[in-house]
Amino acid sequence: MFVRGLKRKCFDGEEDIEGTLAGIKAIPSYNLQRQSLLDMSLVKLQLCHMLVEPNLCRSVLIANTVRQIQEEMTQDGTWQMINTQSTGQASLDRLVSTDILCRSSREQAEGKHVPGCSTFNKDFEGDQAQDNSETMSTVSSAQAPRNLQSNVWEMENPQENKGNFQKSLDQIFETLENKSPNSVEDLFSEVDNSYYDLDTMLTGMMSNTKMGHCDGLETFSSPTTTASNSNCKSDLNELDHIVEILVES
Amino acid sequence: ADIISTVEFNYSGDLLATGDKGGRVVIFQREQENKSRPHSRGEYNVYSTFQSHEPEFDYLKSLEIEEKINKIRWLPQQNAAHFLLSTNDKTIKLWKISERDKRAEGYNLKDEDGRLRDPFRITALRVPILKPMDLMVEASPRRIFANAHTYHINSISVNSDHETYLSADDLRINLWHLEITDRSFNIVDIKPANMEELTEVITAAEFHPHHCNVFVYSSSKGTIRLCDMRSSALCDRHSKFFEEPEDPSSRSFFSEIISSISDVKFSHSGRYMMTRDYLSVKVWDLNMENRPVETYQVHEYLRSKLCSLYENDCIFDKFECCWNGSDSAIMTGSYNNFFRMFDRNTRRDVTLEASRESSKPRAVLKPRKVCTGGKRKKDEISVDSLDFNKKILHTAWHPMENIIAVAATNNLYIFQDKIN
Repeated sequence: MFVRGLKRKCFDGEEDIEGTLAGIKAIPSYNLQRQSLLDMSLVKLQLCHMLVEPNLCRSVLIANTVRQIQEEMTQDGTWQMINTQSTGQASLDRLVSTDILCRSSREQAEGKHVPGCSTFNKDFEGDQAQDNSETMSTVSSAQAPRNLQSNVWEMENPQENKGNFQKSLDQIFETLENKSPNSVEDLFSEVDNSYYDLDTMLTGMMSNTKMGHCDGLETFSSPTTTASNSNCKSDLNELDHIVEILVES
Repeated sequence: ADIISTVEFNYSGDLLATGDKGGRVVIFQREQENKSRPHSRGEYNVYSTFQSHEPEFDYLKSLEIEEKINKIRWLPQQNAAHFLLSTNDKTIKLWKISERDKRAEGYNLKDEDGRLRDPFRITALRVPILKPMDLMVEASPRRIFANAHTYHINSISVNSDHETYLSADDLRINLWHLEITDRSFNIVDIKPANMEELTEVITAAEFHPHHCNVFVYSSSKGTIRLCDMRSSALCDRHSKFFEEPEDPSSRSFFSEIISSISDVKFSHSGRYMMTRDYLSVKVWDLNMENRPVETYQVHEYLRSKLCSLYENDCIFDKFECCWNGSDSAIMTGSYNNFFRMFDRNTRRDVTLEASRESSKPRAVLKPRKVCTGGKRKKDEISVDSLDFNKKILHTAWHPMENIIAVAATNNLYIFQDKIN
């Protein structure tokens, strides 16, 4: 079922989606990069909570970027299912090892153990300041060489993904509000995967070929405007909730 | 030495103040012309050093308040002493810097070294006399303007009436009287009733150089609002609104971030104002709100690197900009210890580097060039070789002469026009 007013976007080689690796990499890279940008932004919002006092201007700009990405994502309804198990696995491990984003919620659901997370928790509950700076320097040095384009995220269930996004944002801002070490556990607690139902919007929606280049996120063109609907609105309300907690800290 | 966080010449240009991350203020004074040492003309030497702000702890929020000096603004000189305002994130202080070159000798009740004299030993009265001494420069805090800002102060600006000044944080602007420390008037408040709706913050504010009722403030969305304090007590409604329409073809997820204005400065004439966003400097005519009259690209080659710059947070760097005394040239900083100067009349621009390796004292600076294309010429530097940790955020131009001060992390460079 398709959302009224939204054209079904098709791209060549739809049948090939489970075909060659090159085909998979080239065509959905815009969405992957956008997702990467989204994840990076969430990490930044998370990290700035740990500093002396978050720079409000920076936080607002990042939150606006997150909101913008989410708006576009919900308008496009683009959730690529990419089954590149091997590469996805590798990049995911690399991410976890840098202790940035703990995917424990999803990993737990899949029954996988995420090695980095428990260590991160312990460090954080210990002496905060020292460990924070160390963690952050690890983060920044690990992120620098990482080529965004090569990170092919393992995206299985789009709903789960969306739910994770929402939940992780909520968790972030819960911690911002609480500002206590114990709340970090909330951040990594189990997630309700069926949080958000986007079936009607997402089924059958494919991205159009926006990205001509593989140069990275810099080549985003303007998002196609599509008819908004009530689902988008509630998304935005969630995001507003985020900003509230963020800026009140 | 600590990282320099602000640089400012005083009104005559004889004094140059710097503030650093450690809360210290260092003031340099220009050497007078001296025939016996002709080379020292125009040199700036340390005049005074003092600790302006100390780190504090906000017990309510469990947060540390940094002692970093965000801004210094001089007051116009009215007597022999010099006054400046220095601010960190929360507190503004008025400092008096005065010279002492005489001291009194011949007190009756105490010795020269300060010990009290035995009363029985005093047999005669004498009048203390003033004797010259080595010059001593003293700095003393005269006013402390505290507890008026919930958010981080990003700007202070002394009014042309020389009696009031404004201080701006992320969401509010307050008006102070220099003599009154326990009260300030809130003149701009953009805090939404529901903080969920916050999408825009104040990034800089400045008083008009001649009209004491006019000020401007810039925002993180790339807009500038000009307000007239005569129209209402709370200037939430602007008199003028400056915004350049966005170019839809260059829109990206980073468009808003790079449009965020990091500095706004009126020209000395008061007719124009200049804004700095991440990639460019724009000159606005106060009479034209819909677009700037001039736009100068500072480092357009970074546009294709925005994602990496977002990742390493450089995209949030706040560069300042400044006018020369005659408003014919503007200057701003960049990365790799580069800074750029633009001549508004000839439209020529130059990139120079502030580093010890690249120039010896009194040597003429060599123009630098960043190579954007494939083939790198000799002496050019490629974009990927730029050091993004070496950023020049703070620069200042002497109010009358072609002398500039450039802060490169924890070093201060002073350059001047070649003297023939």
